[in-house]
Amino acid sequence: MTGAGRIVRPYGDTTGDGMVQLSFTLPLPHDKRAEGAAAQLANKMGMDPAMVVHAKAMGPDFTFFVVYGPVHHLVDPTKVNIVEREYPLLTAKEVNLTIKRALRRPLVVVGACIGSDAHTVGIDAILNMKGFAGEKGLEYYSEVKVVNMGAQVLVPELVERSRAEKADAVLVSQVVTQRDAHLHNTREMSAAFNEAYRSGTRPLLVVGGPRFDETMTGPLGVDRIFGRGTTPGEVASYLVHALAGGRAT
Amino acid sequence: MTTRTRSKLELDGRTVRHARSLARKAGAPVVKLARTHTTVSVERAVLRLAGLAGADVEGIPWVNRTVDAVRADCGLEHGVALPVWDALLRDGEGDLTVLAQKAAAGSVQFRVPEGKDAVRARKAATVAVGKGIARIDRNRRERERLVRRLGDPPKPWIYLIVATGDIYEDIPQAQAAAREGADVIAVIRSTGQSLLDYVPEGATREGYAGTYATQENFRLMRAALDDVSKELGRYVRLTNYASGLCMPEIASLAGLERLDMMLNDSMYGILFRDINPIRTFVDQRFSRQVHARAGIVINTGEDNYLTTADAVASAHTVTVSQLLNEYFAKEAGLQDWQLGLGHAFEINPEVPDSFRLELAHALLARELFPDAPLKWMPPTKHMTGDIFGGYLLDGFFNLAGAMTGQGILLVGMMTEAVVTPWLSDRDLALQNVRYVFNAAGRLHEDFLPRHDGFIVQRGHQVLREAVELLERIVDPAEGGLLAAIGDGTFGLMKRPADRGKGLDGVVKQAPGYVNPATDLLEGTPR
Repeated sequence: MTGAGRIVRPYGDTTGDGMVQLSFTLPLPHDKRAEGAAAQLANKMGMDPAMVVHAKAMGPDFTFFVVYGPVHHLVDPTKVNIVEREYPLLTAKEVNLTIKRALRRPLVVVGACIGSDAHTVGIDAILNMKGFAGEKGLEYYSEVKVVNMGAQVLVPELVERSRAEKADAVLVSQVVTQRDAHLHNTREMSAAFNEAYRSGTRPLLVVGGPRFDETMTGPLGVDRIFGRGTTPGEVASYLVHALAGGRAT
Repeated sequence: MTTRTRSKLELDGRTVRHARSLARKAGAPVVKLARTHTTVSVERAVLRLAGLAGADVEGIPWVNRTVDAVRADCGLEHGVALPVWDALLRDGEGDLTVLAQKAAAGSVQFRVPEGKDAVRARKAATVAVGKGIARIDRNRRERERLVRRLGDPPKPWIYLIVATGDIYEDIPQAQAAAREGADVIAVIRSTGQSLLDYVPEGATREGYAGTYATQENFRLMRAALDDVSKELGRYVRLTNYASGLCMPEIASLAGLERLDMMLNDSMYGILFRDINPIRTFVDQRFSRQVHARAGIVINTGEDNYLTTADAVASAHTVTVSQLLNEYFAKEAGLQDWQLGLGHAFEINPEVPDSFRLELAHALLARELFPDAPLKWMPPTKHMTGDIFGGYLLDGFFNLAGAMTGQGILLVGMMTEAVVTPWLSDRDLALQNVRYVFNAAGRLHEDFLPRHDGFIVQRGHQVLREAVELLERIVDPAEGGLLAAIGDGTFGLMKRPADRGKGLDGVVKQAPGYVNPATDLLEGTPR
């Protein structure tokens, strides 16, 4: 019963029934016509037959709907694009040991929130001693030197500090996504690093945030993107994999 | 609170008094610091209260231009009032804006006047600032009149957030939220405003994850809520943020434009925005004096600690911060009804007995501050994107709020951490609140935890831990509150007193320092 390698459909209570649930709001007053409009939308989205199970007026001009129904789409799990973790997860001890052997000096990480973003939650979760999800942050690693520049750091400042600290990796977190700020900021950052460093010498560029698409490294000009729920251990393991040639033996 | 319910936790009165006296002891040296320093933002607030508004073509406010010019000419150790009104009197024209323009162009030389000149300058400054204070007083009376005429909603006040970035989008959203049941509208500020060392001007339509706090935006939103208040027959309150580098100025603008509540925490800026501790405490004392005068309810930010620290292990840091916030607030003249002390429902739902623990913590806050409205914040840390689980969690949050008599209920959104709330999210969230309060709004009348039971014991334990922490903070060997902030006691952030943003805007007062606003707010000219 594994999903990979076979065509699947959504599962309600019977294999192949294709059942999905959907909720949305239409800018219409609640009446029969609005419910019909909701069914029409669900229909066009591929739900057939669409059952409008709940409709509720929200003020005079809007109606909220919950719709159930089967979709006829087929899903092929072999044709899904995902970023598979290509490196092993290491313990803090293994990370330290690998850095010691491969670099013979501490690995330098400079972190910041750039642009107008003042939410340091992400970068702090990865860098601060306190860490995240029960894992200690990178400050805890004896062989990692962490420079956390905090919030609202200007890109030129980040580049300058990275040079001064001889950073091996630059970690940037972006929480605010309004008007795609996280994407603009990241592109600005990677462009600045590519301009400031000779080709092939710039530090590893890593961005993270809850709304990034992990497959977008190319268009954003960075080496790695981490999405929501990333733990410090994953970041540390990645850095060691990319910079110190992988696992301690 | 309409009726004072009898004690459920049976807190020991002596322990409570001891906790308060420790908070006083911890806070007193900080108040002394605040009384002997000023900041660029306090001085700019003085000018704003005297009516100086507007900005130059680059958008730099005239208050910034003027304070910078005074600082360059004769320093800020004596405050801006003496040099500015001395220059005004010498200038002859008597117009602050014209003076600011001249100062920006470099055609005015400021000096610290002495003797008769100083007396005259002080008198003129006091008259000018007094007009701003009088406007704040009128606004307070106007609010009281409207509340009487339109009606005051029962507690808890339902608090909803608007955050589009565009004030002209915010207005219809805020009015819609009020019609759906909100008693308090908070306009979230644009990300990053807290670190701007000036207050932007005018109506703004561009913001990130929020809308800039400006005097004009305040005025527009208050007017829109006045309209909807009349339509609904209840006074809908408006909230903004007196925090960040411009806290005193924003507090003043809030008073001038009749805002009703302000987020104003004694340590939030230090811990979460890395603003210099001394800058924060100086700015905060002035802003709280303004809030006290304006009849504004402050909301403190203890909920934030629990977003970084563990909500069970660090529960007592919330209590300590509440006690400190209370001390600083009262020292600045605020009364109990103005203290929306913060706390939050942030215990990991996987923890056994998490709801009992939440009840214990919420009751502790309620009984420690029986006359404060208390701002009860919904879960955010354990809202994972599972909107169905999140909806249930928000229901339990509402239930805990109902059972413990919270005064200001920030409505939790099941799409927390997913999107900025949709229209439907807000509607569903309000249904959740209404269901719980309809079903269990008076459950507190029947609810009395066993006097030797888990909840009572947990409440006592957290209070005991809070007292122990306060004892450590006031221990001379530990270096006091600033040292505790420096070594990561709160929210696990280490913020030494000689670092952080805005430090260069802090100035030690000289013996002849004059601040007519502080004099008027404290009611006693020094």
